[in-house]
Amino acid sequence: MAIEVRIPTILRSYTGGAKSVEGAGDTLADLLADLDTRHAGLRGRLVTDQGALHRFVNVYINDEDVRFLGALDAKLKDGDTVTVLPAVAGGAFAIAAAAALAGSR
Amino acid sequence: MLTIGRDIVDAIVAHARRDHPDEACGIVAGAIGSDQPVRHVPMDNAERSPTFYRFDSTEQLRVWTQMDDRDEEPIVIYHSHTATEAYPSRTDVDIAGYPDSHYLLVSTRDPETAEIRSFRIVDRKVTEEPVRIVDASVDPAAVTTYMFGQSPTTVDYECSA
Repeated sequence: MAIEVRIPTILRSYTGGAKSVEGAGDTLADLLADLDTRHAGLRGRLVTDQGALHRFVNVYINDEDVRFLGALDAKLKDGDTVTVLPAVAGGAFAIAAAAALAGSR
Repeated sequence: MLTIGRDIVDAIVAHARRDHPDEACGIVAGAIGSDQPVRHVPMDNAERSPTFYRFDSTEQLRVWTQMDDRDEEPIVIYHSHTATEAYPSRTDVDIAGYPDSHYLLVSTRDPETAEIRSFRIVDRKVTEEPVRIVDASVDPAAVTTYMFGQSPTTVDYECSA
């Protein structure tokens, strides 16, 4: 069962520079385990030590965010395309919180 | 150094003002490898928060797919800080996943003057870079043809770091 996985620039060090790789699996978890056998370390960038999807990585099956499809339990079928994109997020919160704790502002 | 058209900077500041006091965010796309930001895409802040922003994941995929189709990349990723300076917070640095992009920050804490600064964020290391704002009304081709030896109108923002 072949599933195309599109890899963002920041993770291409795990795929020898390849923009996309192929993998197999009935679920996203299976697919990531399969990929890790050939691209060691890739899974660790997507899944936390606690075994959940990393909060600031977006994974899509075709056009849908896997968070709406059961996350790591999301089902895959032959011909699906999985896209990985680093989330774009941030904000002033941490700096404001740190300043408040320090009582400096 | 980030070189960017004044019309795009004006549009980004207008977006940040419009969404104030919530943080505004978006990208400026350009041809892969060109380092020229030309297509401004304001994005929704899915958090709708004055202290946090996140691109809506569905919109992000749509915009990223469109860039792929046009052989573009996110040359600039911008967001606003609405009560603090235009400097990446620890949250910004921890999450930054695009080492090839210029991270442009706009502070709207002063209602009159927008503060604009640009950074590279690679492996959690922040490096500020100068921002050169180029007047879009000056056609680069016209400069070489008719104004040889002269520079287009620019404003260089000095790094304070």
